[in-house]
Amino acid sequence: MSARAALAEARAGAAVGEVGSGSAWTTVRRGLALSPQIRAGLGVTLVLALVATAGRVIVPVAVQQTIDRGFGAADDAGVDVGFVATMVAVALGVVLLTAGCAFAMNARLFRASEAGLAALRVTAFRHVHDLSVQTQSTERRGSLVSRVTSDVDALSLFLQWAGVFLVVAVAQVVLASMVMLVYSWQLTLVVWVTFAPLVLALRVLQRRLAAAYLAVRERVGAMLGAVSEAVVGAQVVRAYGIEARTGDRIDAAIDAHRHAAVRAQSFAVGAFSTGELVAGLATAAVVVVGVLLGLAGEITAGRLVAFLFLVTLFVQPVQLGTEMLNEMQNAIASWRRVLGVVDTPADVADPGAGGGGAVLPHGPVEVEFDQVGYAYPGGPPVLHDVSVVVPAGQRVAVVGETGSGKSTFVKLLSRLMDPTQGTVRLDGVDLREVRFDSLRARVVLVPQEGFLFDDTLAANLRYGRPEADEAEIVAALADLGLDDWARSLPRGLATRVGQRGESLSVGERQLVALARARLADPDLLVLDEATSAVDPATEVRLARALRRLSTGRTSVTIAHRLSTAQAADRVLVFDAGRLVQDGPPATLREAGVYARLHAAWTRGGRRDRPQP
Amino acid sequence: MTERPVTLGEGARVLARGIRAEPGVFTLSVLGAVLFGLATVASARAVGWVTDTLIAPAFRTGTVEAGALARAAGVLVGLGLLRAAAIVLRRLFAGVMQYRLQARDRRAVTRQYLRLPLSWHHRHPTGELLSNAGSDVDATWAPIAPLPMALGVVVTLVLAAAAMVLADPLLGAVGLLVFPLVLVVNVAYQRRMAPLAAQAQALRAEVATIAHESFDAALVVKSLGREAEETARFAAAASRLQAVNTRAGRLRGTFDPMIEALPTLGVLAVLLLGTWQVATVGLDPGTVVEIAYLLTIVAFPVRAIGWLLGEMPRSVVGARRVDRVRGASGAMPAGADDLPGTGPLAARTDALRFGYEPDVPVLSDLDLDVAPGRVLAVVGATGAGKSTLVGLLVRLVDPDRGQVSVDGADVRTLAPGVLPRVGAVVLQEAFLFDDSVRGNVTLGDPFGDGQVWQALELAQVDDVVRALPAGLDTRIGERGTSLSGGQRQRVALARALVRRPRLLVLDDATSAVDPEVEHRILDALRAAAAGTTVVVVAHRPATIALADEVAFLDGGRLADHGTHAALLARNAAYRDLVTAYEQEAAEVLP
Repeated sequence: MSARAALAEARAGAAVGEVGSGSAWTTVRRGLALSPQIRAGLGVTLVLALVATAGRVIVPVAVQQTIDRGFGAADDAGVDVGFVATMVAVALGVVLLTAGCAFAMNARLFRASEAGLAALRVTAFRHVHDLSVQTQSTERRGSLVSRVTSDVDALSLFLQWAGVFLVVAVAQVVLASMVMLVYSWQLTLVVWVTFAPLVLALRVLQRRLAAAYLAVRERVGAMLGAVSEAVVGAQVVRAYGIEARTGDRIDAAIDAHRHAAVRAQSFAVGAFSTGELVAGLATAAVVVVGVLLGLAGEITAGRLVAFLFLVTLFVQPVQLGTEMLNEMQNAIASWRRVLGVVDTPADVADPGAGGGGAVLPHGPVEVEFDQVGYAYPGGPPVLHDVSVVVPAGQRVAVVGETGSGKSTFVKLLSRLMDPTQGTVRLDGVDLREVRFDSLRARVVLVPQEGFLFDDTLAANLRYGRPEADEAEIVAALADLGLDDWARSLPRGLATRVGQRGESLSVGERQLVALARARLADPDLLVLDEATSAVDPATEVRLARALRRLSTGRTSVTIAHRLSTAQAADRVLVFDAGRLVQDGPPATLREAGVYARLHAAWTRGGRRDRPQP
Repeated sequence: MTERPVTLGEGARVLARGIRAEPGVFTLSVLGAVLFGLATVASARAVGWVTDTLIAPAFRTGTVEAGALARAAGVLVGLGLLRAAAIVLRRLFAGVMQYRLQARDRRAVTRQYLRLPLSWHHRHPTGELLSNAGSDVDATWAPIAPLPMALGVVVTLVLAAAAMVLADPLLGAVGLLVFPLVLVVNVAYQRRMAPLAAQAQALRAEVATIAHESFDAALVVKSLGREAEETARFAAAASRLQAVNTRAGRLRGTFDPMIEALPTLGVLAVLLLGTWQVATVGLDPGTVVEIAYLLTIVAFPVRAIGWLLGEMPRSVVGARRVDRVRGASGAMPAGADDLPGTGPLAARTDALRFGYEPDVPVLSDLDLDVAPGRVLAVVGATGAGKSTLVGLLVRLVDPDRGQVSVDGADVRTLAPGVLPRVGAVVLQEAFLFDDSVRGNVTLGDPFGDGQVWQALELAQVDDVVRALPAGLDTRIGERGTSLSGGQRQRVALARALVRRPRLLVLDDATSAVDPEVEHRILDALRAAAAGTTVVVVAHRPATIALADEVAFLDGGRLADHGTHAALLARNAAYRDLVTAYEQEAAEVLP
């Protein structure tokens, strides 16, 4: 039953969002909403872009002027070098001006986009931590990391590279159109009509492209997930000699990504090469219609030739599009994945998010479970009708066999989950109404596997209370009887503990976790006792530290050691999701589940001593 | 570490490496690019031709014949078709080439991760390794995408240059000045961009490292309410990356407009000079238009080459970072010996010395001798070096001095894969793969389901697996069903037992289970271990009782050796250590 429930646990809660649904435009809008820095000052940037693009328009205009006025084609007055010289000087000024505007535009665009993306990265990162533990575990570590790294990087590279060009390209199309209109509205119409089908076709192809690129980003996540697993599990990989098999799995992920990327690109290329074809059509149409118009006296030769130049200007963004829309779909897919994280709801929400929520008072906490039940979504209940009051300052041990519901009890107590029935109250306040910053300051959970950061011992301890100074750290260690152990380390408090604390033994990591909790000085200590055994001497040390740690505050400990249970004021015994025994350890020893457990413990521990 | 300056040469060498690796698709892609270039120049000539043969006469004479119009239209559309086909060829194969090169590098890099010893892994955070395989590989091959086009436009440039010079030598030469100027501007850009690119890639790795560690620690972060601090730590790194990216962007923003302006300036010069030439030496105006148009056409290729050159600093930086991994050495040496036979192995250590840091030995001068088929319990206080010994016995690490030998053979002389085949280890922290139960137990080796169930039974976890919805096929690990700590440890134990190892090393593999279950496991283990040599790190007296002899480690040295009873009798430190638990319990119980 426990395993079945555990499976349901894996499905419970919202999974990390895969995709923001909707069109590219929806994604862009949502993305801009989360990164307002991108939009800030965009107006000025676009104006600069327009001005910068004007520098390109200057060429066709200059050519037109040269042909019509300079060469005297228009009024047969002979060649006017002086006019051309003046025109060139003016054009030169325009070119320099537009170059300056281009620089300013680039600088602004980069600053805005990088600021926006950094903000997005941090938002997504923070949101991952806000997600419930169950939701976090629905995705592989490497894949989660990819959402705040490679996915945002793809966006960043796109905005750096193609984003500028896209802005300029749009500006160029607009400007070219404007000038084209001035020269000949009829020919402009011809050009637009020729390009219209292309635009329509693109909209249809959008969805396909979007799906294809999303698949690419997902495969990147999967690939990084596979690599991450191989690295974190490096010991097992080597110990069992499965380098080849692991390598094959990673290769498969790499190839899957490659295929998805090629596929997505084939779509993009096929779609946008037709832009070139349409460009040819447009040029041909302009020539034919232009000549006919010219014969009818509606346009000069110079203007027609200039118009041909303008068509180039109009068409170049399409050529660029071949390179960039590729990247844009990639970027949109990346944006979708990052937004997907941010939009995943946090099952266990902070009531203090909007400034509301209750605050727990200082001092040992009283805990009340009021007919509490819990069932994983779609699964059977793992906790039935649990009602218990733990008075402030009491030392409680929770015991039970695997799957008895004790872990669920403890998770509900520290609000890693919310009960599906009943209410959990701390100091009379419904847990769901307590602000997280107050909750986490008053209630500290020490999980089974104490995670340590790749930093010094002192830094890891300070994690319990960041503002603690060295004196307080030493005091906390001394209080738990651990100061001599800390001094015995090669560099004392400044000893680095390695990635995931690997330089310390498992037992030592437990000691650090307890000291960290001591520094946090909670009013309610919830401890899922680490089960990796240590030598009896260290176990004694741990037990002593734990006893001292649970003094002066309410403590609830899932006990795996006999000594822990025996040292408690009160033992709660769980069996099959119900609270079956409740009382001081001495009285419980006689019968029931606790007696059974007690016997097993003592038999295990006292094999070599004669039974009294 | 300060980066060596990036030169165009180095960038070209990186690309050349890629070209040599994928010559086929590269050729096809360049073919497409060349075709595109030819078609583009042809289009320019066509415009000139249309101007001279159609437009000018039409305006002059006031008439035009339908055939001439149709011909002009046909030529222009046909060239458009040609360009479209060329783009498909070029872009598709450029993409295939880029992705193949990426995959190649990624395979090489990840092979290194699997090959290099744990000591190397200790020095490189996981996030950094992810960044190497991801972002750095991407950066290395980023220029491949515009490369064929850039090479193709070289053809355009050459043809356009030739066309320009042929049309009029003087004007053409003026137009040609654009090209060397572009190169000069770009070299200056490279020099400034390289250090920024290097910083950016390094910062990307740092961001990944923090993210990976932080997400690993998610439960601790949540339970201590340190979300804000973690986010601040991440935000600091993200903002450093942002700053570098912004500076790189400014740099780009300085040089790109310069490169873009050059062809335009060229056109202006041509117009001025050309008009003067028309006036003085009677140059054909159409020629001026043609050269001007050619320069306009050339503007885009110049920019394309600019992109390629602009991507090079990042590419070189990425390539250097990737090469650092590929060139990393330190893989543990292996021999070619085998361990034939099927019986239990003898294990032995001689004068073993090991330390994670140079001056801090964890094990010193350790001599152990385990006869085949015996069960040895290793006992010692926390930090005494027991887990280190486990790692040395199964050759997760090599000792600084001394040797570990199995059946008389130094483990360093064994062929790769021999020791994992005959030995099995269960580490203190059970690591499960993102795989089914079956996959986690068999690890891909051809064990039948019957054998798997047998191993699960031995490890006292078969009832748990039977209760899972998909039984052996149920996915466990990172994304799968979360098993309790004890259940995970038992699955890891089954993983070791299914192999029927000749040498079984247990780093306290029964600690995370309830005492009742541990008792059953130990009994089953004693029965099943008949043909196996067992070395077990033990804490609980129950586990120690399982052993034939005990090795007592103290401060990394072998302090005593003998049966449990003998050690209890003669060694006070041992007695204190092992019975501390009971003494403690005795104090608490009434």
